[in-house]
Amino acid sequence: MNGIEQPLLSVRDLTHTWDGVHGCREINFDLYPGEVLCIVGESGSGKSTLLQAVSCQVAAQHGSVRYDLREQGPTDLASLSGAQRRLLARTDWGYVRQHARDGLRMQVSAGANIAERLMAIGERHYGDLREVAGNWLHKMEIDVGRLDDAPASFSGGMQQRLQIARNLVTHPRLVFMDEPTASLDVSVQARLLDLLRQLVADLGLAAIVVTHDLAVARLLAHRTLVMRGGYVVESGLTDQILDDPQHPYTQLLVSSILQS
Amino acid sequence: MTQAQTMIEVRGVGKMFTLHNQGGVRLPVFDNVDFDAARGECLVLSGPSGTGKSTLLRCLYGNYLTTAGTIRVRDGEQWVTLTGAPEQRILRLRREVIGYVSQFLRAIPRVGALDVVAEPLRQRGIAIDESRERAAVLLARLRLPERLWRLPPATFSGGEQQRVNIARGLIGGHPVLLLDEPTASLDAENRAVVVELMREAMAEGRCLVGIFHDEAVRDAVATRVLGLRSPTSAADSTPGSTLALNPATLASAAALTE
Repeated sequence: MNGIEQPLLSVRDLTHTWDGVHGCREINFDLYPGEVLCIVGESGSGKSTLLQAVSCQVAAQHGSVRYDLREQGPTDLASLSGAQRRLLARTDWGYVRQHARDGLRMQVSAGANIAERLMAIGERHYGDLREVAGNWLHKMEIDVGRLDDAPASFSGGMQQRLQIARNLVTHPRLVFMDEPTASLDVSVQARLLDLLRQLVADLGLAAIVVTHDLAVARLLAHRTLVMRGGYVVESGLTDQILDDPQHPYTQLLVSSILQS
Repeated sequence: MTQAQTMIEVRGVGKMFTLHNQGGVRLPVFDNVDFDAARGECLVLSGPSGTGKSTLLRCLYGNYLTTAGTIRVRDGEQWVTLTGAPEQRILRLRREVIGYVSQFLRAIPRVGALDVVAEPLRQRGIAIDESRERAAVLLARLRLPERLWRLPPATFSGGEQQRVNIARGLIGGHPVLLLDEPTASLDAENRAVVVELMREAMAEGRCLVGIFHDEAVRDAVATRVLGLRSPTSAADSTPGSTLALNPATLASAAALTE
């Protein structure tokens, strides 16, 4: 821990609106290697738009996103070709969607879902692919005997864990997650959160997690951004944001949590 | 006599809560707090409830934001201004310099006690086996039954949870240790162990700042007492006297540990 590291991702003045009104505006933040950042806010606050703009799923209308590429260092992502961005997205990044069925191929086997990214970067050896897929199922606490089953036969929690494995198989350094636990039962949420917590720590992953659930932020995130009406209204260490919120909206959010 | 190395420097620190959703009511907690704390000492924050002892401790950890003044913390040869520091810097201070034993353990679903305690070492990249070994030594010392080590502490008793919490706070060997009522839910025997651990930490040259309602515990560890008063009650006294520095009573210090 000597000196200040270089950010993995730098977002500057990022604005994207869908209709001139709804979206995200003038967003600035840096993300460092191994850091988990939560974006919280209610529906319509612009947090999903922000995630899409940062991960180049939509082209932002204004501002820049720089990423520390493995080969060439910090690079403005707008300067990459479409093919370069797609390669980045399926090797060094992951994108975990709220509904696992949107992030999985439901008609092919669990093993093929996990192996797909590896095959896309040229891995062809069937035995190796099967072994890697099996290891990931095990890591995600899914019975390895389910390797050849289609995800359609999995429970919601298993599907979500499979989607995560499918994303992590190429050892990305940055994972985007859009409400990863929101569509799961509460009992299943805790297990997934714990797995995510372990994975980000063990693999040194950086992650940007969009959630409306402050408990998810408390458990996973080093830092939190609070969004409202497209703007970031408050940002800071997660425990500081939750224990000593400064902005009226954050205070309202925090005071609305049910005490257990 | 050589001056012990100062670890924390607090100057003019104030804290006010503004409750925007309660008509913007402002709650001043304390203001103009100044103190230094050095290696090898245990500075005890004292004062009636509501004078902001826990709040001050949380400010020292960067968990609460201060409204005025500066807090500086020594990180090796470097002084870091905690107030207003970038978040990454505060996280690094927490990993390496400032440990915190909160009043209650925040249990994490599915994580066993041993791993809860080992986590601060894991965050510094120490291997899992070594981290767990050191956690086990500390939990044994704190007399937590071994059959509980693998279980998540959520279902533990208050005293058991508190001992897990103390172990987690102590294991990192942080040069600065903040303690918020670490013995509140412990019986006499366990209190004595905790007192012993705190005195060892001081002997190792760590700097302790704590809140202890239990007088016997306080007397056993305190080297100095910092009296806090609320800004309203301090208003009629002269400026600068809001902070009373009393020598600690060390008379009954040995009673608990021997």
